[in-house]
Amino acid sequence: MGDPLGMAISHAIASGMGGMRAAGDLVARMQMTRGMKIDEAKGYVADKLGIAVSDLTDPVMMTEIREDLEIGSMYPLPGCAKGLEAKIRIAELLGIEINCIRRMKSKGWL
Amino acid sequence: MGKIMTRMGDGFPVEMSESEIRSDLDAGTEDAADRGKIAPLSKEELQYLFDLFASPDRFVSVEPGSEIVLSYDGGALKITRAAVNVDRVQSMQIHEKILGADTIELGHVDYSFKAVKPIVGTEQTALEQTLMATHAPLFYGAMPNLALYSQPDGPHPNPSELMPLGKIDAARKSYEMSVEDAVKDIVFVASAMYESGADGINMDTTGAAGDPDFLAGLKAAEILKKKYPDICIELGMAGEFILGLHGELDYHGDRLAGLYPHDQVKMAEQAGFTIFGPVVNIKTSRSIPWNLARAITFIKACCEVAKIPIHANMGMGVGGVPMTPHPPIDVVSRASKAMVEICRLDGL
Repeated sequence: MGDPLGMAISHAIASGMGGMRAAGDLVARMQMTRGMKIDEAKGYVADKLGIAVSDLTDPVMMTEIREDLEIGSMYPLPGCAKGLEAKIRIAELLGIEINCIRRMKSKGWL
Repeated sequence: MGKIMTRMGDGFPVEMSESEIRSDLDAGTEDAADRGKIAPLSKEELQYLFDLFASPDRFVSVEPGSEIVLSYDGGALKITRAAVNVDRVQSMQIHEKILGADTIELGHVDYSFKAVKPIVGTEQTALEQTLMATHAPLFYGAMPNLALYSQPDGPHPNPSELMPLGKIDAARKSYEMSVEDAVKDIVFVASAMYESGADGINMDTTGAAGDPDFLAGLKAAEILKKKYPDICIELGMAGEFILGLHGELDYHGDRLAGLYPHDQVKMAEQAGFTIFGPVVNIKTSRSIPWNLARAITFIKACCEVAKIPIHANMGMGVGGVPMTPHPPIDVVSRASKAMVEICRLDGL
């Protein structure tokens, strides 16, 4: 409960990682798939991306990286990976199983 | 320094003197320490909180490098609740592209596993469509909501009617039967959502109906974890304290009634939950300095013993955030910053 500006936006600006505007979604995946605490999850993602932990929340750095790696971006260009396509790339990059991608593989679609 | 502007637990503005702020911070942490039998905040931590409230800034934030992951409860519903006419899939896209969400969460407007069961196919389709259009990890969220299992909403005699009649054993039996039914519904719905591709299940507002509600969540998680070893399940609590509505229920020999967050998390770990979301309630008649010091004392104790990531609940009326549907950003940002930096949280 709570309106989006009072809750979601306030927390996102005060303490959030910025979601896919930066690397928040990637760090979240490490907590969810490996049960990593925040410092370990950030270190793991930074290592996989080849950047410093401090860059994980930088939208300028991360936009370049996300576009280069085709792992989904805020303003996607024509032809670049979006949605499921981007999640296939994220799974490979982070070395994790993403449930919906695993489901597609099990059906022989990939 | 003159008066400091802060707020009461219901969100209304209040001016307090420096000594009143310090006194409320001390009283808040002592209240939590006394109730939870945990350590109060240190002098340095109380000074940090005082400085935070004394700051004239309208909005504050964590230091760079201290950012954490955000997860949501009822995420898909908050935009439609504001009477903005968007579909739930669009709502998820708004969360990830416009609200800076690190994770997203789909849920039904009733937000209860029991209510979702008969329409699970429709929910699976919405989830599968969302997965195609989004990038962030997607939870499916719902509540155990044990109250739906007693009459007139469910099959079992209503314990709230039996208790005043002195029929304690019958009331307890009703709760026990409700637990068994709720576990089946939670496992049914969560299995369907996981098999449709959900990245995680958010079992939210758990414990709302006391110790039987909490037990249903623990038992369901155990079954789901055995069935799907890779499943991510987040446990979001309903309140700071497990109410003993049954009173004698236990989990692997430990009594559930009366547990605070630092003990609840141990149960969550045993059951196989991936992420734990503790709650500390707001007292609307006390100031936000009192409430925030109290909440941080509980959550810090929980974080110190937790082996799994902790996403503290900081929505309306919990975690130092006022009980109002329009939480003011001055106190929300202070609560967000202080909770993250003192407790060393993994997420909110």
